[in-house]
Amino acid sequence: MSLDTVKQAEQTPEAAQPWKELGLKEDEYARIREILGRRPTGAELAMYSVMWSEHCSYKSSKVHLKQFGEKAPQTDALLVGIGENAGVVDVGQGYAVTFKVESHNHPSYIEPYQGAATGVGGIVRDILAMGARPVAVMDPLRFGAADHPDTKRVLPGVVAGIGGYGNCLGLPNIGGEVVFDPCYQGNPLVNALCVGVMKHEDIHLAKASGAGNKVILYGARTGGDGIGGVSVLASETFESTGPAKRPAVQVGDPFQEKLLIECTLEIFREKLVAGIQDLGGAGLSCATSELASAGSGGMRVELDTVPLRDATLSPEEILMSESQERMCAIVEPDKVDRFLEICEKWDVIATVIGEVTEGTRLEIFWHGDQIVDVPPRSVAHEGPTYHRPYARPEWQDALQADDANALPRPATSAELREQVLRVVGSPNQASKAWITDQYDRFVQGNTVLAQPEDSGMIRVDEETNLGVAVATDGNGRYAKLDPYAGAQLALAEAYRNVAASGAKPLAISDCLNFGSPEDPAVMWQFAEATRGLADGCLALGTPVTGGNVSLYNQTGETAIHPTPVVAVLGVIDDVTRRTPVAFKDAGHLVYLLGDTREEFGGSAWSQVVHDHLGGLPPAVDLDRERLLGDILISASRDGMIDAAHDLSDGGLIQAVTESCLRGGVGARLVVPDGLDAFTFLFSESAGRAIVAVPRSEEMRFTDMCGARGLPATRIGVIDGDEIDVQGEFTLPLADLRAAHETAIPSLLG
Amino acid sequence: MTARIGVVTFPGTLDDHDSQRAVRVAGAEAVPLWHRDKDLKQVDAVVLPGGFSYGDYLRAGAISRFSPVMETIIEQARAGMPVLGICNGFQVLCEAHLLPGAMLRNTALHFVCRDQRLRVENAATAWTADYTAGQEISIPLKNIDGRYTADEHTLDELEAEGRVAFRYATGGPAAGGYGNPNGSLRDIAGITNAAGNVVGLMPHPEHAVEPLVGTGGTDGLGFFTSVLKKLVSA
Repeated sequence: MSLDTVKQAEQTPEAAQPWKELGLKEDEYARIREILGRRPTGAELAMYSVMWSEHCSYKSSKVHLKQFGEKAPQTDALLVGIGENAGVVDVGQGYAVTFKVESHNHPSYIEPYQGAATGVGGIVRDILAMGARPVAVMDPLRFGAADHPDTKRVLPGVVAGIGGYGNCLGLPNIGGEVVFDPCYQGNPLVNALCVGVMKHEDIHLAKASGAGNKVILYGARTGGDGIGGVSVLASETFESTGPAKRPAVQVGDPFQEKLLIECTLEIFREKLVAGIQDLGGAGLSCATSELASAGSGGMRVELDTVPLRDATLSPEEILMSESQERMCAIVEPDKVDRFLEICEKWDVIATVIGEVTEGTRLEIFWHGDQIVDVPPRSVAHEGPTYHRPYARPEWQDALQADDANALPRPATSAELREQVLRVVGSPNQASKAWITDQYDRFVQGNTVLAQPEDSGMIRVDEETNLGVAVATDGNGRYAKLDPYAGAQLALAEAYRNVAASGAKPLAISDCLNFGSPEDPAVMWQFAEATRGLADGCLALGTPVTGGNVSLYNQTGETAIHPTPVVAVLGVIDDVTRRTPVAFKDAGHLVYLLGDTREEFGGSAWSQVVHDHLGGLPPAVDLDRERLLGDILISASRDGMIDAAHDLSDGGLIQAVTESCLRGGVGARLVVPDGLDAFTFLFSESAGRAIVAVPRSEEMRFTDMCGARGLPATRIGVIDGDEIDVQGEFTLPLADLRAAHETAIPSLLG
Repeated sequence: MTARIGVVTFPGTLDDHDSQRAVRVAGAEAVPLWHRDKDLKQVDAVVLPGGFSYGDYLRAGAISRFSPVMETIIEQARAGMPVLGICNGFQVLCEAHLLPGAMLRNTALHFVCRDQRLRVENAATAWTADYTAGQEISIPLKNIDGRYTADEHTLDELEAEGRVAFRYATGGPAAGGYGNPNGSLRDIAGITNAAGNVVGLMPHPEHAVEPLVGTGGTDGLGFFTSVLKKLVSA
């Protein structure tokens, strides 16, 4: 195939081009011709097609995402907001933390190991590109039914991929989630989060400015893997027919990434870069156009200087390749030698591929011939915007009318006891240790809390014991019943988890996993969820720092449950004051904080016992969440409690079981006045937590709750080696442990 | 003057900073050593930390064993300098023939990360003198290629000479960290050379030196205090 140059494009305006095959719509192709005043070259078409894909351009979602900025709460904590590789939060003492959650859903279904592995790699490079040392990762995961044969293909591959890549990078994996639901059968959700720490003065931005500065590509060689990953995989629905998409999944090399991390951190320490960007989705097309667009605009790149793994790649393929473990830096000319020296020290290949120019165009050459001449902003930031039609689905009313509170409840204490065992031993409520024990949670030596704690907590400073905590949560069942409330419940749960560990929530990142935006019902779910999340963040005072949207998560016509996953970041001044979930000391009192109502819509009980999804999710009260959070943080700081656990799916009995098993000690519980045992144990009312209070602190603690108006009910005492619900039943810890800890290994081991 | 303990960084080493911290917590000076540099900077002992040096490509430890720094370490180890290999460092010591045997993939075929109970079998090495023989300790374990293997003759010899330094403690519940986690022959978790100066083990003592982080235990600190006492008294 002959080279399609800019000159040629000018001379052959009517040449047929494969815009449709590259996923562009007719009006989008026309718009490109209008921007350029001619037909695009093959290379330009490749760049626009990947950068204007749903995954890169957020074309269906951005009109809704705007709210995160418009409704952002007042805060001094945000140093860098939405739009950069990741947001940056001030955590005090001169430290800043950057964190972000992203999806790698589609690749992980096609090729579970590599899909999940490169998901970790991509988010880690995003964090690195901000100037931060990555310090921890987490993975919120959703799979099909636990007993479905394909889950046995997908889950072990995904878990091995996350472990195989993350363990090799030396990043502790400190949390995340694993949820099973048939709606994810043909479309698992593999979200990945990374947290990084830096000093305020070390923040780096993705921007190319200063004419004459060099553009350096460093890291792995560019190969033919992952071409069209974002446009093919993440921006379309899977069809059962059609060509295999495996070649579109990238292949990761964690060893190369580890070298890239250490090399980049050394480069940062010596202050050698003026701008930096990682290469992820859309590869060089994205990195060059975004860097140039965020700077003064001009950049010249000699594409034939890019080191290749496969010498036969065409310029279009090089521009679209999503080969992993690559970064692009803008470096002042007098710093280039030292930059290359550090790369050599770490055995990292680095090549000057171009420079920043005076002009306003991104110009790319191939052996002297110009193949790209575009305004970079039109590629990177001025992609199409869709106002997709949305409408509340007609089935929503019937779904909400199918009230879970009306389901048959256990008639006897024996039946209640049996249902408790079933729920705590069900795949979603069971221990995930079989999965999380395949991840290294100790490396770096700063892990204060890791799963199954309410949040993962990392020590940031060894001298002062400053730390950060992160929790991720999402409940697709709640969001299906009411996407607005569901998004807020995800936010509230993650907020509560961080506070339960003793940390003060500061900011959030989100991964919004939805079906096809071309379906008005899905678009309504998306609109409602983003509105709910933006309103919720305003109410809780936690701004959105960035995140990711993943659409087209569906199989055929069937979309997944709308699944907004929320990650909340918190700060704790002294990690020695953290609150674990484990009950430890016999004699300490168990208090239930918050109000318990009859709320079973979307509950674990309704799923496990009745295979039911209907009614309304638990009511949201964000003022109450904030108060509960404040009390949990104060109680932790002042040493009034020595364990805390948030209440969410599975209700109180789930939380008590986990706290008892974690500590290896039982509890005697009394059903409070005004509640029946069933509601007490299984209701999923939001805004609640259980805490263990030493008797010596009881008065001080209840006085504080009373003074601030938070209901605190004494529900029992830590004691023995069984959970005893007075007047109802007794369950030995050994039986609970067997149910809770063998479920996952027996399905997947 | 306190002892200087070197910690080697190979490309892909992960637990070098943890090992340096453990050395400091024990009261010694931690000296970073770089794989390309033959100079050991006059350290009194060396730790080869965990990780995936060279991505574990070819075989775990197989490439690192040939790095310049190892030439000097092999020489010094033979002359009696205390050397501790943790996890990937143990694999490097085996590849370098400072210790016998090799590590295979875990029998369950996946990575395992847990708090592991060990029995100290030999409390006379440079790195175990602060323990007592038969003592049980808990330290984190995390590996995918951790199954210790050697031929029967070598195993018998190790046993006869008291060179099995640590065994995975069995006889308790898995939830308590008991049991052989990877199928290692004769439950071997770590071994020593005949002179007792070179010790390798798969679990990670450097992750158990502070009550605040990791599993919350400090059972691993004894490795570093043991060698420090030996060096200071020497």
